[in-house]
Amino acid sequence: MPGRVSLFVTCVVDQVFPRAGMAMAEVIGGLGYEVEFREAQTCCGQPAFNSGYHKEAAEVAEHFIRTFRDATDYIVVPSGSCTSMITHHFRDLFPPGSSLREETEYLAPRVFEFTQFLTQVAKVEDVGARWDGVVTYHDSCHALRELKIKDAPRLLLRNVKGLELREMGAAEECCGFGGTFSIKFPEVSGGMARTKIESILATGASTVVSIDSSCLMQLQGAIDRVKAPLRTVHLAEILASR
Amino acid sequence: MTAREEVLDGVRKALGRSAGQAPAAAPEARIVIPEIDVERRFTMFSERLELVGGKTYRAADLDAARAITVEIMGGETGVASNAPLLAQAGITGLPGVATGFMDEAALRAACAVTPFGITTADYALAETGSLVTRSATEARLISLLPPVHIALLPISRLLTGLDELYTRIPLPSEETASMVFITGPSRSADIEMILVRGVHGPRVIHVIVVNNI
Amino acid sequence: MLIKIEQEQSIRKTVADPKIQKAVYSATARLKEKRSEVVSPEALPEYQELREQAHRIKRHAMENLDYYLEQFEKNLTAHGGKLIYARDGNEVADFILNLAKERGVNMLVKSKSMTTEEIHLNERLEHHKLETVETDLGEYIIQLAGDRPYHIVAPAVHMTRQDVGEVLTRTLHVERSDVPEEQAKIARVTLREKFLAAGIGISGANFLVADSGAVTIVENEGNARLCTTAPKIHIAVAGMEKIIPRAQDLAVFLKLLGRSGTGQLLTVYTSFLSGPRRAGEVDGPEEFYVVLMDNGRTKLLADAEKRESLFCIRCGACLNACPVYRKIGGHNYPGAYSGPIGAIITPQYAGVAKDPWLPFASSLCGACAEVCPVKIDIPKILLSLRREVAEDNAGEAGSPMERTAFRMFAWVMRRPKLYALGARIAGKFAGLPGLTSFGPAAKWGSTREVPRPAAKSFRDQWRDRRKGAR
Repeated sequence: MPGRVSLFVTCVVDQVFPRAGMAMAEVIGGLGYEVEFREAQTCCGQPAFNSGYHKEAAEVAEHFIRTFRDATDYIVVPSGSCTSMITHHFRDLFPPGSSLREETEYLAPRVFEFTQFLTQVAKVEDVGARWDGVVTYHDSCHALRELKIKDAPRLLLRNVKGLELREMGAAEECCGFGGTFSIKFPEVSGGMARTKIESILATGASTVVSIDSSCLMQLQGAIDRVKAPLRTVHLAEILASR
Repeated sequence: MTAREEVLDGVRKALGRSAGQAPAAAPEARIVIPEIDVERRFTMFSERLELVGGKTYRAADLDAARAITVEIMGGETGVASNAPLLAQAGITGLPGVATGFMDEAALRAACAVTPFGITTADYALAETGSLVTRSATEARLISLLPPVHIALLPISRLLTGLDELYTRIPLPSEETASMVFITGPSRSADIEMILVRGVHGPRVIHVIVVNNI
Repeated sequence: MLIKIEQEQSIRKTVADPKIQKAVYSATARLKEKRSEVVSPEALPEYQELREQAHRIKRHAMENLDYYLEQFEKNLTAHGGKLIYARDGNEVADFILNLAKERGVNMLVKSKSMTTEEIHLNERLEHHKLETVETDLGEYIIQLAGDRPYHIVAPAVHMTRQDVGEVLTRTLHVERSDVPEEQAKIARVTLREKFLAAGIGISGANFLVADSGAVTIVENEGNARLCTTAPKIHIAVAGMEKIIPRAQDLAVFLKLLGRSGTGQLLTVYTSFLSGPRRAGEVDGPEEFYVVLMDNGRTKLLADAEKRESLFCIRCGACLNACPVYRKIGGHNYPGAYSGPIGAIITPQYAGVAKDPWLPFASSLCGACAEVCPVKIDIPKILLSLRREVAEDNAGEAGSPMERTAFRMFAWVMRRPKLYALGARIAGKFAGLPGLTSFGPAAKWGSTREVPRPAAKSFRDQWRDRRKGAR
């Protein structure tokens, strides 16, 4: 067995997009990894962190650390944003030298976003999936800019049989979600989603793929509102389809 | 307390520094001069200048440079700067060319009505297609007020780019009150991003690169 | 309250205005594209290295600012210029007004300067009957229209050529033209007279070079050259953060500035000016002043992390990259600076309590930091300002309601069983009419359909699968 993977499915996937989480588990399990899910897990704390509540964010982060501190081998996450919260921002929550800071530094290199895990750890580019249709890929901001994930998801998509990947002009433009921003500034956030949808439609693709469920939640909400002929799907679901 | 003292004190307090304290070691300046031979420099320069709307000529010598100038001017008047090279080329002696201005009012009056301003350039930068003019040798208004600017450039003054220039002249203000880089004709895209040339400065720029000097 | 009602309405109006949306989106798209072309690895392999170096130099200059200010002053003075320290905008205006009075000047020309926008210099001078004429084409149109700049490098980006035609005809009584070339000509003819008649030329400064005592100004039209050449007196007004140590450092900054701002390798004109005209020079100003302004900058300097905000070289690349700026435009930002850089500078100058919503008007997408030529970590500073707002109870963030909500969030998230139960309940009741008609769901629902929690969460599905496997 190549190793043990502990899933951190994120609160959005857990509650709104469980399919994406199940698909991720299936793909990773299919590669021979032992997959576990720790039921004590909840959230990474990013909503509080991004809203200025460091104390509250630190409490949630501490819970994450306690939940996963003894996870062996890898922790894999179906979200670039939550991964980045753990690997890039947890350390801002704890003072240097504190035990939680040390545990953060210990955990961070074990935490991988799903496509990072596939291409960097499992070293697979073709998971043997089949998915018929034309898709376009939306770069989620934190995956792209903080984790530098750009090629991996595209590579994985190109190797899916029956799938055609078309690049959109505004692939790297934000969908407008931004956590509480989407509620604090609904017009702006919704407007950003509509701009994104225009770019998606221009490709002729019927499906937009992302590695972040929160972007998909935002885009699907806007797609349904404007009744665009599009659907959103998490990359894991494509990779799990046969 | 004067404004000066208060501002400087405030800055020091903010930084935790004291008056007269030496600065931390500055990061080394980044100067990288590429090796580009003179022909390639000329090609680069003219390509870059043409991309931004300027024209480049190559003259075998000063006589040829004068001939090109005459052709560009097409019999109209011009104002030439007091740079010695223009006199050497015989450009200052051309019919219709006014030169030798030592009085600002007269220079302004002449530049305000003439179609051509003729200067030299102290240096040029191949990487960007820029001319470098300095007020120590060139009156500023001649390359600014007339709608067409003609500049003579000795090919030996054609440098690779900014890095080489700042190596030759690490402290420009020691020699001149004003140093200006001119990269193509005056332009604006302030209205609907539509390019307009010759907004306040010249709308046309001709650079005559002179060999062997 | 997160945001004033008028502000919210104004933002909504801009987002819903197809004319402005199109103008701003297409102009910023064009600037973005031009920038990407000239900083691509093929066009400029050393781009990242230049950014690193620019960041290093700015950091060093800011950390040793008092030293470089004095060095700048010494060198400027040696070349016959004068340095005036100004604590705030009033002192800048007072200096100019007094000098104008002493020299009998009643008209001055100005080239584009964000620093003077910051202190509303024109209004102050005009109030004292000193005619102040903007000469950058975009700024001139804005001034004639009685408007304010929309973008750091493209002030009239929100106006169409028809808008410009209307403004020129109405204010200058010229024949109407909607052709930019003709419009520029009208401005040139009108302004040429002003240049030659003005007693004082005011410019900003892109860089103050300490080892040379020189002011560096970049521009495309030639109006800044005229402002600093034709009048007998040149006054450069600059924030003190414009200091860089050496002329040689310009080799780095100039390569970044034009490329980042407008996609140019260099702008058409780059002026490096030190002191009045010298013996033997035929033209140029006879008096040369640099007014060095603090106006709150010391406050920014004191915070080691937020100090980075002062590294900005005002290229405007972050505005073009910012999806929020591109939606809400330049006028919805309070203060002179719009876009991501405005969102971090303005609250620091004015205090976070004044417009507490500003640091929250960002999806934290990071596009700004990605294009910043001096590598200012804008999202990080936004986060830090958000924290300040929350901790100072300054806005909606920090309000008892929001604070309670996040306390509850943290409380629940540390109690997995409770969290799971909550999810199960949410799953059951999802889709009940009325649930989405108030609170955050209603806000979300104003522009998008509200997502429904899954009938069965991942954890429940996982548990079921385990049971089934057993």
